[in-house]
Amino acid sequence: MDGNAAAAEAMRLARVQVISAYPITPQSPIAEKLADFVAEGSLKAKYVRVESEHTAMSVAIGAQLTGVRACTATSSVGLALMHEVLGVASGCRLPIVMAVVNRSLASPWSLWCDHQDSMAERDSGWLQFYAEDPQEVLDYLLIAYRVAEDPRVLLPAMVCMDGFFVSHTPAVVLVPEQETVDSFLPPYNPANLYLDPDDPMFVNDLTPPSDYTEMRYQHKVAFEEAFKVITEVQEEFFRLFRRRYSFIETYKCDDADVVLVTLGSMSGTAKYVVNELRAKGYKVGVLKIVVFRPFPADQIRNALKHVPVIGVMDRSAGLGAEGGPVWIEVSRALSGLEPMPKVAGFVGGLGGRDLAPHVIEKAFRNLIDIKEGKIEMRQGSKWIDVREDAMKIREVKVNV
Amino acid sequence: MYEMMTQAKGLVSHGISTCHGCGLELAVRHILSVLGPRTIIVIPPGCAALFSGFGKETAVKIAGIQGNLENTAAIAAGIRAGLEMKGIEDVTVLALAGDGATVDIGLQALSGVFERGDRILYVCYDNEAYMNTGIQASGSTPLMAWTTTTPGKKPVWRKDMLKIAAAHRIPYVASASVGYIDDLRKKIAKAKEAKGPAYIHLQTPCPTGWGFDPSRTIELARLAVQTRSWPLVEIVDGRVEITVKVDKPRPVSEYLSMQRRFAHLTQEEIDLIQQNVNKDYQELERMKT
Amino acid sequence: MRPSESFPKVKYLYGPVATIFASTKTGSWRILRPVIQQEKCTRCGTCAKHCPLDVIEVDRGNKEKEVVIDFEYCKGCGICANVCPRKCIEMVPERGVK
Repeated sequence: MDGNAAAAEAMRLARVQVISAYPITPQSPIAEKLADFVAEGSLKAKYVRVESEHTAMSVAIGAQLTGVRACTATSSVGLALMHEVLGVASGCRLPIVMAVVNRSLASPWSLWCDHQDSMAERDSGWLQFYAEDPQEVLDYLLIAYRVAEDPRVLLPAMVCMDGFFVSHTPAVVLVPEQETVDSFLPPYNPANLYLDPDDPMFVNDLTPPSDYTEMRYQHKVAFEEAFKVITEVQEEFFRLFRRRYSFIETYKCDDADVVLVTLGSMSGTAKYVVNELRAKGYKVGVLKIVVFRPFPADQIRNALKHVPVIGVMDRSAGLGAEGGPVWIEVSRALSGLEPMPKVAGFVGGLGGRDLAPHVIEKAFRNLIDIKEGKIEMRQGSKWIDVREDAMKIREVKVNV
Repeated sequence: MYEMMTQAKGLVSHGISTCHGCGLELAVRHILSVLGPRTIIVIPPGCAALFSGFGKETAVKIAGIQGNLENTAAIAAGIRAGLEMKGIEDVTVLALAGDGATVDIGLQALSGVFERGDRILYVCYDNEAYMNTGIQASGSTPLMAWTTTTPGKKPVWRKDMLKIAAAHRIPYVASASVGYIDDLRKKIAKAKEAKGPAYIHLQTPCPTGWGFDPSRTIELARLAVQTRSWPLVEIVDGRVEITVKVDKPRPVSEYLSMQRRFAHLTQEEIDLIQQNVNKDYQELERMKT
Repeated sequence: MRPSESFPKVKYLYGPVATIFASTKTGSWRILRPVIQQEKCTRCGTCAKHCPLDVIEVDRGNKEKEVVIDFEYCKGCGICANVCPRKCIEMVPERGVK
């Protein structure tokens, strides 16, 4: 089962009741599979075949407000088109869960993976999970529903998977029993804002400056509460499904003096490279960020406080910033540690470029060189896989 | 849920900060009085948002949501889908949006609803410009009208939203006017019972934006119909009916001359508008069954 | 009084929502005030039907009962006077009317 199939399966297991999805590569198989489930009757849901992603999210908002579990999935420019309404979903505290199949944003047009689409939404007030493989897609979606709907949280959630690398790459996925999922995820019970003629309220009216800050503060508090709730839910998930998850996953970090921080499918490659380098005597490790929102600064700090050199691999460019967004946040999380570790940023794997073992190894070698004092750490993110002829890839003849 | 801080005869509060003589305010009262309390309303930002409320307070007794400018129809479709899954059939989902939110930025989402056949009642209150933001021209602003973004005059025709709606072959399409309240109420009642999407395009004269005395809102709305500038029609399952027949039309100049937004019109321009009104009405009569 | 009445249960909603049905006292906007000639009025109800604020009370056909306007809300737009078929509503300046 590939990541897309796992996402559709998770939504079926979650017994979603309203589906609104618009096809976009590489998310389309999710939209198709959910339509199949509804058509064959294995999922009792209303499938709203919308005419855009903006409408997909708007339909999900309307549906969720009536007290049903709504879902959608998208990618890239589709997510960007949703941007406006993502804020409505989160601001109205609607626990909508969405699969995001990461794909680059235009322009340049690209069908392939990077994280700029979901990184652009990191401040939209949604929870964000990043899956490394199809199993994690399925599991994180189930976890996301529970966390999102918890009355202490009430935030929408996106579960992100790398386009093609996860969405289209088959892997063995353990699909839990429906009864177990039902006991983990009871029917949705709207406790906050809803649309019910028998108990009317007016949702999302104009808010004066005297209340706006407080509503944003409530939203911020929800993210703080989410730390506690995610921990509880992951614990219960382990009890029922025997797979343990955390905010971060550390791989051979305990004795490491060089660690690379990763997100999504690159993590598997990075673990492979760690094994290779360890065989050569280097004490290296990987820290995978699973939950990016809320950002697990404490967990990262605790896991890396003994590590002198840390690298962060961003799969988005962070244009105009000092470096990639993950690097900036990890650097901030580690600042104040005594002694302060060196935190080097990398940008790579954009627009579908594979973060292959040799690229990851190059990053590790760079970190090892910094560790051994062979090179100085440069400020900002280093573009690890950019071609040397970057400025000369479109050559034209001109008349002088 | 609602804590009642004020008394109101109907479902709408009596004191709302709409302008003097607002056609929309009158329309909302009648629409909701026909539809009754088992209605969920979706309102985008715009003049109608004054009914959504401000802060803790709202001006309607029914359940509602204020969406974005372009997704009124989409949110309504989501509400209908949710109600359907909950097995709730007796609730009307009312989308109430202005002309900008309907014929311009919201047209795509509305077209989606029409094509899918989602059972919502969509009422476009047409005050013929973006009035809430300060009289900027919309796709429904008539030819030659002054607005703040057509400071000379609008050089192009307005969109024919009735035809656009009818082209989707939805079960119910109608035009309406606040000058003909009984006709409006009948249409709302019929639209409520439609088996799929129902669309009502309602002219609500705007004293502030059009430049006329607020006391003349109804007079002007009737004049729009009596000059055949705003024909009252109904298209049920594709069959066209004129619901208020105008056998002896008054000259369009009477309608235009009452409004400051047309004050600069030359006789030639008035003639052009008159010719077009004649042509459109003839076409309508040909279409009717 | 039972405890539940003296201490009503409350809960808090998060996010933008209005839960109070309220009104603005728009009567203060009024510059012109509609004055009805009750004896001339036939109680046809046309004014009430077209009042944008729905603040005119008419007992249709009942000449015994006066037509009443709620001046707490009436904005004085003058639509009632304009639509009255008998022209028995007059708009007079608010100042000078008690």
